[in-house]
Amino acid sequence: MQHLIHLEKITKTYKIGTIEVHALRGVDLDIQSNEYISIMGPSGSGKSTLMNIIGCLDTPTSGSYFLDDELVSTMDDNKLAEVRNRKIGFVFQTFNLLPRATALHNVELPLIYSGIHASNRKTIAEEALEKVSLSDRKNHRPNELSGGQRQRVAIARALVNNPSLILADEPTGNLDSTTGKEIMTVFDDLHKAGNTIILVTHEKEVAQHADRIVHILDGNIAEDIQVNNS
Amino acid sequence: MNYNEGFKLAWQTVKSNKMRTFLTTLGIVIGVTSVIGMMSIITALEHHMINALSGVGGDIFWVQKYPAVQMGHLSKEIRMRKDLKYSHVEAIRNRAKKIRAVSAEIATYGKQIKYQDKATNPNILLYGGDEYWADVNGRFISEGRFFTKEELYRKDYVALLGADVTEKIFPFTYPVGEYVKIDGIRFKVIGLIEAQGKLLGNSRDNLVVIPFNTFTKSYGEMRSINIAVKALPNQIVQGMDEVTGILRIVRKVPPGTPNDFEVITQDSIMDTLKNLTGFVFIAAVVICGIALLVGGIGIMNIMLVAVTERTREIGIRKAVGAKKRHILNQFLTESIGICLFGGLIGVLLGILIGIIIAGALKLPPTIPMWSVFLGVGFSLMIGLVFGVYPAMKAARLDPIEALRWE
Repeated sequence: MQHLIHLEKITKTYKIGTIEVHALRGVDLDIQSNEYISIMGPSGSGKSTLMNIIGCLDTPTSGSYFLDDELVSTMDDNKLAEVRNRKIGFVFQTFNLLPRATALHNVELPLIYSGIHASNRKTIAEEALEKVSLSDRKNHRPNELSGGQRQRVAIARALVNNPSLILADEPTGNLDSTTGKEIMTVFDDLHKAGNTIILVTHEKEVAQHADRIVHILDGNIAEDIQVNNS
Repeated sequence: MNYNEGFKLAWQTVKSNKMRTFLTTLGIVIGVTSVIGMMSIITALEHHMINALSGVGGDIFWVQKYPAVQMGHLSKEIRMRKDLKYSHVEAIRNRAKKIRAVSAEIATYGKQIKYQDKATNPNILLYGGDEYWADVNGRFISEGRFFTKEELYRKDYVALLGADVTEKIFPFTYPVGEYVKIDGIRFKVIGLIEAQGKLLGNSRDNLVVIPFNTFTKSYGEMRSINIAVKALPNQIVQGMDEVTGILRIVRKVPPGTPNDFEVITQDSIMDTLKNLTGFVFIAAVVICGIALLVGGIGIMNIMLVAVTERTREIGIRKAVGAKKRHILNQFLTESIGICLFGGLIGVLLGILIGIIIAGALKLPPTIPMWSVFLGVGFSLMIGLVFGVYPAMKAARLDPIEALRWE
């Protein structure tokens, strides 16, 4: 069986002035379709860099990255934008919704860039909002929604293009523990429904929801363990 | 992303930053307003002048000492010209064969006409004319009669009043047969001149006409006269040639040197006026260009602010799959949209100003369509030109940096 994600000797080096910072020092990682995986690590470990590369927001300095058998590590900006649009759904710690747009319009956003006609967009976006139980809030703006509701909108936006992969960066970081648990239930449900989910977090409790936990330390994978969630 | 989407976004920005958008578009508004305002005024003036001049009759030309419209200082040659005299009129009258009539006219401005205890403002044009004056100048006598050759030669104190004068000092009395005083001299009113209305806001009816010889007796011969000539039908060019030839001989202009007098036709007046409006037009274009340039810089400035303010939004859009050209299009559409918005306000204001000023000048309002297109086209272009740099800046943002931006 082919891997959904295949990372091979990924390195990323930043230059800050004359100093070279090695954020990733040769990461090999395979992720299968329908996996539920957590990436953990302290700040400065390189987990954000890894997430940016997996999310096609950034390209590695060296190494190869295959997503759905496509070599994405050498793609140009426009191709990467296309991959992000079709294959990746982002969920951010700070929600990152457009403040002036309604929930529905926020969810429609990826569809706009995949060139789907306005009349179909609305229907598809409404379906996505229904999956996160927010149909009744579709015409509200982000500032009229609670933190949990905002994150649900963000999840609906991540889902709307039927991506191969949902990439969540500290999705509960800005939420209280009760709301955080609710959001985690949403991810659990999405996983059960067949989605591939990558959680980037430093909270053990959050990471425990996944079936597999990868620890990053100093730009390397320090630990890769399967969790038994019965 | 389609354009509809882009304009919706632009409109959202306009709505959520009302004051800012207003101030930003002010340059564009002022530029477009002045383009349309000025153009409509110039066009209205031109139309009006054409109408007013065509009322005189096409086969008349004038001979006078100085050019009709003087731009800048007169050259020495022009200032040193000899006066036109009544003898010149007589020479034309005796020798010219291709004209119907010729008339001498001498004028002074700023006279006050008194009747009993009533008086006009001291702004009346006093003409001394000969017996052909009314005919050649296309003026009609509405009451009474024009003066006769005998009255002219006898230097009688008779006068014809323009409508403004009559209105002012004869509100209830029938003027013909009454006596008025000009500079202390009693004149018998023998007729009234039919009203002609206004030219460029100036009344053409605040005049009094007295016999030419009476005029020179009272005010001396120390000024140049104007000569009006009525050519034979459709022979104005021949008439002008003939009169020019006669005058050159009489005034002893050496062959090969220019005329030391001006022959003016309606067309030459029109040309001069058009020249003048041409200058105004160029000045208007320059002023509007500067206003629009300033407006464009304002637009660029505000778009740069918008890009910075919405860095995070750009990051979000890029994260969910917006390509460079999507972001570029979005910000370009927005700057064009704002400029177009300003341009349309400018068009409305310009039309309004055109109508108001035309009303104040008592002219029919004329809004040239091409100035509307020019205004809108210019604002579109400015949105495009000055929006490109900020839009490119937005499109080039790194998505990770943009998402991290606070």
